Amino acid sequence: MTTVTVAGTTEQPAVGSAWRRWSLRLIGLVVAVGIVAVLCFLSIAIGTRSISLDTTFQALVAYDAQSTDHLVILNYRIPRTVLGLMVGAALGLAGAVMQGVTRNPLADPGILGVNSGAALFVVLAIAVFHITTVLGYVWFAFLGAGVAAVIVYSVAALGREGATPIKLALAGAAVTAAFGAVTTSFLLFNQSTFDQFRFWQVGALAGRDIAVAAQVGPFLAVGAVLALLLGRALNTLSLGEDVATALGSNVALNRALAAAAVVLLCGAATAACGPIGFIGLTIPHVARMITGPDYRWILPYSMVLAPILLLSADIVGRVIAPPGEVQVAIVTAVIGAPVFIALVRRRKLADL
Amino acid sequence: MTAHAQDRLPLAEPLHGTVTLVRSVRHTLRRRVVLVSVVLAVILLGLFVAGMAVGDYPISLQQLFASLTGRGTRATNFIVYDLRLPRVVTGMTIGVCFGMSGAIFQSMIKNPLASPDIIGITSGASASAVVAILVLGLGGFAVSGVSLVGALLTAGLIYGLAWRKGLAGYRLVLVGIGIAAMLASLIDYLMTRAEVNDAQVALLWLTGSLNGASTAKMVPLLVLTAIIVPITLWAGSALSGLQLGDDTAKSVGIRVELTRLLLIVFGVALAAIATAAAGPVGFVAFVSGPIARRLTRGTGVALVPAALVGAVVVSAADFIGQHALPMQLPVGVLTAAVGAPYLIYLLIVSNRVGNGG
Repeated sequence: MTTVTVAGTTEQPAVGSAWRRWSLRLIGLVVAVGIVAVLCFLSIAIGTRSISLDTTFQALVAYDAQSTDHLVILNYRIPRTVLGLMVGAALGLAGAVMQGVTRNPLADPGILGVNSGAALFVVLAIAVFHITTVLGYVWFAFLGAGVAAVIVYSVAALGREGATPIKLALAGAAVTAAFGAVTTSFLLFNQSTFDQFRFWQVGALAGRDIAVAAQVGPFLAVGAVLALLLGRALNTLSLGEDVATALGSNVALNRALAAAAVVLLCGAATAACGPIGFIGLTIPHVARMITGPDYRWILPYSMVLAPILLLSADIVGRVIAPPGEVQVAIVTAVIGAPVFIALVRRRKLADL
Repeated sequence: MTAHAQDRLPLAEPLHGTVTLVRSVRHTLRRRVVLVSVVLAVILLGLFVAGMAVGDYPISLQQLFASLTGRGTRATNFIVYDLRLPRVVTGMTIGVCFGMSGAIFQSMIKNPLASPDIIGITSGASASAVVAILVLGLGGFAVSGVSLVGALLTAGLIYGLAWRKGLAGYRLVLVGIGIAAMLASLIDYLMTRAEVNDAQVALLWLTGSLNGASTAKMVPLLVLTAIIVPITLWAGSALSGLQLGDDTAKSVGIRVELTRLLLIVFGVALAAIATAAAGPVGFVAFVSGPIARRLTRGTGVALVPAALVGAVVVSAADFIGQHALPMQLPVGVLTAAVGAPYLIYLLIVSNRVGNGG
């Protein structure tokens, strides 16, 4: 919301059309938030065990510990809904920041090496320390994400001109590949580790305790605030390094802050749910189609649109293959990709 | 040739100096491309000899030479022709294919991240191979065939979906990402549903390995490569023109749509046949172009150096994976382990000089 106020004060109120556009965007954002709220309720109501909307509502306002339905809602559905909301928002924001700072439409949060670092450390946790619970992985995944991001950023930041987009992209891909090689060799020689790892790798919201959400929550909150405050800085960076410097922006500082935000957001999200691709890469493009190139709008839109995709994918995954479930990351891609491709085909794309 | 044409133009005196300077710079750059290519070819020859000679049964240089010129004993012939040659030649060939394919996409789309791995072509091959292994229970040659078909179908689908009154590179890439994400999640899904043993077979295929190399697989790979590479080089000569942007390219007489279509077809074909032969050996397509460009110090397109870098990376990686480690590792693990540090080293070095990009 901070960003919105900033946007409001800097627009020229005298120009009528600017005002109109501004309020349209604000209305769009409010509508999106409304959709998220509806999806949250549906996500609590819908599942393998059928619970009526009325009972769901009762469980939320007048919780009864004797009712199995209420127990299911409190212990399973609410944690995964909360997690879906948090992780979705984090991935959307992280993706928008990453594309802004690298000025590369192909950059996803993973390009900082976050996913590969988390994956490697989870494999180490399983293979070396014999950790078997999601709650146990979380810190390993988070540490791995941080380590990888620090390496990528330090390599890219070497030299006079600092972490330029191309150097970041190349260093990120190189470190990702190197970490991936170590991960794969562990998995090829250690079948029991692979057997556990493949279920982490797929990315899911199910089976996570509310404690996981509580663990990663503070990091996500700090990361989100940091990211939302970066809108102006990303707008300036998108003009190119030279112009940004000439406009008095501290390019190196802003890049470092953006990287920190991405590590916090994406590292914590991956730690909680495993790598969920696609959202961070594509949601910012959708946001950009709606808002145009202003990052003060792209960031909040990405933050709100991403949970829409993640929550609806999670709901679909629960009902699509009864009695089992399909993991959310799979559904995200399967229903998200066609929509994304249709958008790419229909609209004139906002260039970076 | 352009220089020759300019000779005949009457030049104003002050311009003449500039033209000479430009010509000499261009000459130096071109000489550097040739020099780099020659050095890479020599390294590749060394890797070929090493790959043929080293192993559980060492073969001396004389024996190798004798065998290759048709004067070897039956024992050395068996080792040379049946065991080692398919592996070494397949490795080099897929390196050439991946390197060239990556360089084509990266320079056509003007984005270092746009290698065939990322924009969905190899994921088509991978997903169909995983279906073949885990769902249809196929193995060996059949998996290669299925993956080749899968790659080509995926590429056709991406192209069809991205086509809309012409083809914008940006749209092609985004559609590719969407398709790649769907296929990747299909792979993940199948991996969690399969028996762990079968899933591990699929994982090995997805890593990329030369263990399955054989003469029967090598011959079609070689024939296809020998046909496609020269045509690609011919079409690739227009790439540097395309990089200037569509309008400029048209104004210097390049048929933009046709050239782009040809390059996409050949880039896809190269990636597809290489993936079918050995799996999606990671990172080669991505890394070859940037390394070649830094070695040649050019900003333009260097298809031949990129292809040679690809061959060197795959051959060196497989040699290390086979002989230099306590356990044998598939080539796909080592390409990243060889390529990634080298790319990082190049980034660090060029960053110090200040032209890292």
